[in-house]
Amino acid sequence: MDEITSLMHGFSVALTPYNLGLMFVGVILGVLIGVLPGLGGANGVAILLPLTFTMNPTSAIIMLSCIYWGALFGGAITSILFNIPGEPWSVATTFDGYPMAQRGRAGEALTAAFTSSFIGALVAVLMITFLAPTVAKFALKFGPKEFFAVYLLTFCSFVGMTKAPPFKTICSMMLGFALAAVGLDTVTGQLRLTFGHMELLKGFDFLIAVIGLFGIGEILLTLEEGLAFKGTEGKINAKIVIETWKQLPKYWKTMIRSSAIGCWMGITPGGATPASFMGYGVAKNMSPNGKNFGNGELEGVIAPEVAAHAAGTAALLPMLTLGIPGSPTAAVLLGGLLVWGLQPGPLLFTEQKDFVWGLIASMYLGNIVGLIVVLTTVPLFAAILRVPFSIVAPVILVICAIGAYTVHSSMFDVWLMLVFGVMGYVFKKLDYPLAPMVLALVLGDRAEDAFRQAMLGSGGDVTTFFSNGLVGSITVLALAMLFWTPVRALVGKIRGVAS
Amino acid sequence: MNVASVSTLQSKFASRPVSKLQAKFHSTLLTTIAASIACALAIAQHTSAGAAEAWKPTKSVEFVVPAGTGGGADQMARFIQSVVAKYKLMDQPMIVVNKGGGAGAEGFLDVKGASKDPHKIIITLSNLFTTPLATGVPFNWKELTPVQMMALDQFVLWVNAETPYKTAKDYTDAVKKAGPSKMKMGGTGSKQEDQIITVAIEKQSGAKFIYIPYKGGGEVAVQLVGNHVDSTVNNPIEAVEQWRAGQLRALCVFDDAAMPYKAKVTKELSWGDVPTCKSQGLDVDYKMLRGIFMAPGVTKEQVDYYIALLKKVRETPEWKDFMEKGAFDQKAMNGDEFTKWLTKEEARHQSLMAEAGFLAKK
Amino acid sequence: MSQSENEPLEKSAVSTKVMDFVVAVMFFVLGAVVMWDSTRLGAKWGSDGPEAGYFPFYIGTILCAAAIVNAVRAFLGKDIKAPSFVSVSALKMVFSVLLPTIFYVLLIDGVGPIPGLGMYVPSVIFIAAFMVWLGKYKWLMTLTVSISVVVVFFLMFEIWFKVPLPKGPLEAALGLN
Repeated sequence: MDEITSLMHGFSVALTPYNLGLMFVGVILGVLIGVLPGLGGANGVAILLPLTFTMNPTSAIIMLSCIYWGALFGGAITSILFNIPGEPWSVATTFDGYPMAQRGRAGEALTAAFTSSFIGALVAVLMITFLAPTVAKFALKFGPKEFFAVYLLTFCSFVGMTKAPPFKTICSMMLGFALAAVGLDTVTGQLRLTFGHMELLKGFDFLIAVIGLFGIGEILLTLEEGLAFKGTEGKINAKIVIETWKQLPKYWKTMIRSSAIGCWMGITPGGATPASFMGYGVAKNMSPNGKNFGNGELEGVIAPEVAAHAAGTAALLPMLTLGIPGSPTAAVLLGGLLVWGLQPGPLLFTEQKDFVWGLIASMYLGNIVGLIVVLTTVPLFAAILRVPFSIVAPVILVICAIGAYTVHSSMFDVWLMLVFGVMGYVFKKLDYPLAPMVLALVLGDRAEDAFRQAMLGSGGDVTTFFSNGLVGSITVLALAMLFWTPVRALVGKIRGVAS
Repeated sequence: MNVASVSTLQSKFASRPVSKLQAKFHSTLLTTIAASIACALAIAQHTSAGAAEAWKPTKSVEFVVPAGTGGGADQMARFIQSVVAKYKLMDQPMIVVNKGGGAGAEGFLDVKGASKDPHKIIITLSNLFTTPLATGVPFNWKELTPVQMMALDQFVLWVNAETPYKTAKDYTDAVKKAGPSKMKMGGTGSKQEDQIITVAIEKQSGAKFIYIPYKGGGEVAVQLVGNHVDSTVNNPIEAVEQWRAGQLRALCVFDDAAMPYKAKVTKELSWGDVPTCKSQGLDVDYKMLRGIFMAPGVTKEQVDYYIALLKKVRETPEWKDFMEKGAFDQKAMNGDEFTKWLTKEEARHQSLMAEAGFLAKK
Repeated sequence: MSQSENEPLEKSAVSTKVMDFVVAVMFFVLGAVVMWDSTRLGAKWGSDGPEAGYFPFYIGTILCAAAIVNAVRAFLGKDIKAPSFVSVSALKMVFSVLLPTIFYVLLIDGVGPIPGLGMYVPSVIFIAAFMVWLGKYKWLMTLTVSISVVVVFFLMFEIWFKVPLPKGPLEAALGLN
């Protein structure tokens, strides 16, 4: 077991008091970044990068990757408490996390989210430790057609799971696709749907839309029922952590499924956001509690969090071995590596053993440190709900405005956020589901690019999506997922009639 | 990169206990506040005393990258930022901001709109010319203030190392033999430098590719390793690691002379050993600008400040390593010479893109 | 939704039916706009796969079709959970926050020739206004909370994370930009 020896060596590199201190600092900063919408992990790492120039590469990357873990953890906090996803991959966490908080189970939801994140990351790190070379080769198999098949699978595993009227679901999803199409078309370099407005050149940013739709929209909805948040009476104490942990083992199947989805999406690199949606969708389809998803089911928090964190961690693997970042944050980390003269690529694992194994060891340690830090904050964050509405509401609105502004340093985006806010309010009241729209917005243009790149390559031949074993099986799986829900409903009906 | 000097720093820091580190955070905060107050006083003095002394930034400088994270321009910008931070070349921090929307139009329009703002600089690549030409976005380089050409980026014709092609001619012959639109050329973006070169190769050799646009250069190199495309025209820095690992083969460089770097990069070859495409019968010559610009309407003093700053950056050993690693053409110029070069280059892009049919429909 | 139980007692500001219909029409218009712009770009299946407008065109088409179905369903009064979209009193509550928020963003951004005040000063005003008006807090408490929250934001964004936010005349006077 070469890996074990290398890993132990890595621990000896990473485990110095100084590095441990950096881990705590990094995780705390990361949580802060994750909590503030707009200040994404990528942003945070980029900004703090210069701070680390005086450190040696191993210490620096430990601190930076801990910021990354912290941001992954932190994204869940505002999703659960205020329905505002601090990061794109926490959108799926709002689906059940926020209803749980409204019922006074915020502490439980937060604990489950953090613990699931930890488990997801742990599985991914184990994979990186033992399977890195094999897995890196697997990632090379992914060309445009495979990417498209993966995106198709994400859509298919998620579609058909809302209870909203089907035509409203279609409208909502198409709106997401239309918004995603705005801006420059990658394949032809033409401007689409911009109508000569320069603000529209950059397209609609996903974060602006979710801050508006979910955050502002939710505050407006809450207002109708008076000036208070629901769920303020929930119990808050340290025991909640232990109590929630007792419930977790029974969801082991969901955890395994989500970990697998996350690892795979992180490597390919589909990224954490599709992974979280797919994790949630698959869990909903497969779980016996699937029907209750969306009403505050603990499993609905676990599934996306495990997947998102596994993907976020696994995304570091293609970055290290191939030099392609699996996420924007990984891209900035990549920039960091270059500054230290470490060029990520196939040779990094052989030429920079200290660095690579130090980093992998810090992934284990950083996650443990992260879990400890965030779990101690559970009562603190759950207590925020008890702050009077007339203080919290304006502060949230200010945070939303700042968040929307920081994404592109543009006031136009702040206005856009308000428009999305009103839209979120109206849509929710009229039963237009928001999730399909958000999913289409985040994956729409990527799916389209992949499809058209594949078409360019095959000369317009659609059968290319079945042209080899890998792409064929993903496509078939996607189609199977698409028909799973109606088939299961039909089977259920027939059984019902039979009995 | 100077790892030795970094590690001495490390040993200095390694003994520092955690509490001190946190204390350092607070003290940075305090000094920053103090600095900003001092700064305010400085402005007040400055305005009263007139512009007697040379201009200096009075707040943090925004370094705009008109491209996404991880690409060549982004790498260079973040590299410059790190060098400036490491040698404390500027009293104020430099912040890299990516504004890559609309093939960089977002960034260019942002700087164009920040008239007379001396705290904003932008790094450009060929999209300085190609984006307005291809999309019709109302923008021209003359609306910015040229500061300094940092280097020119080379382009190399790459194929997968598993393929039998040893020379550019082998490859173009194979493409011709395969028939039109059979072999795939991967590149970054549409109607930008990579596609311009592809069209030029087609014109010269008579071969016909399928051009497949991707979002970033790193992605393109990996697609070539995975055999999803047959060739690429990546910049050296985008594909150097795959070359070193023996996954890719460099066929030729699109320049009139071979690259000057003699140090071995792979086991057998240096950048200098890559032949020019011209010597292989493929007369295509294309290099990409890596230059720094400022907003319109800034004073000469302010431009001079950045020219001096960037000169210091270019003199560091880190910069030299970076240039060598990426096999850049270290041509650097500013002032009138730079403006003339830009004018010529714009005309060249205009004609290249007109020939290729890439100009935006009016 | 739970609020629907007591709504019939209150005066309705707009019925769900009308709102549903209006939103469906807006979707239709949007779909049409998307289709129109896509035909300009070329919405056919070209020799090497779909053109730039191909997918948006079909997105627009499906949007229009689905919007028609929704409009008809709205007209027929299908999938309506509560007859009232929003009651007058609830709408008042919503506007009591929405209008100040719009005013807040206007303060940041400025209107026409009037320059904005930056992110920080309007934030203090906004939080303070909420606390006094909706929370009935005393001035001392209000100012302490609003100013300290914004100062924390300032430190976090401007100093620690080096993210410049819009600044106005006050920051300029203090030399903070």
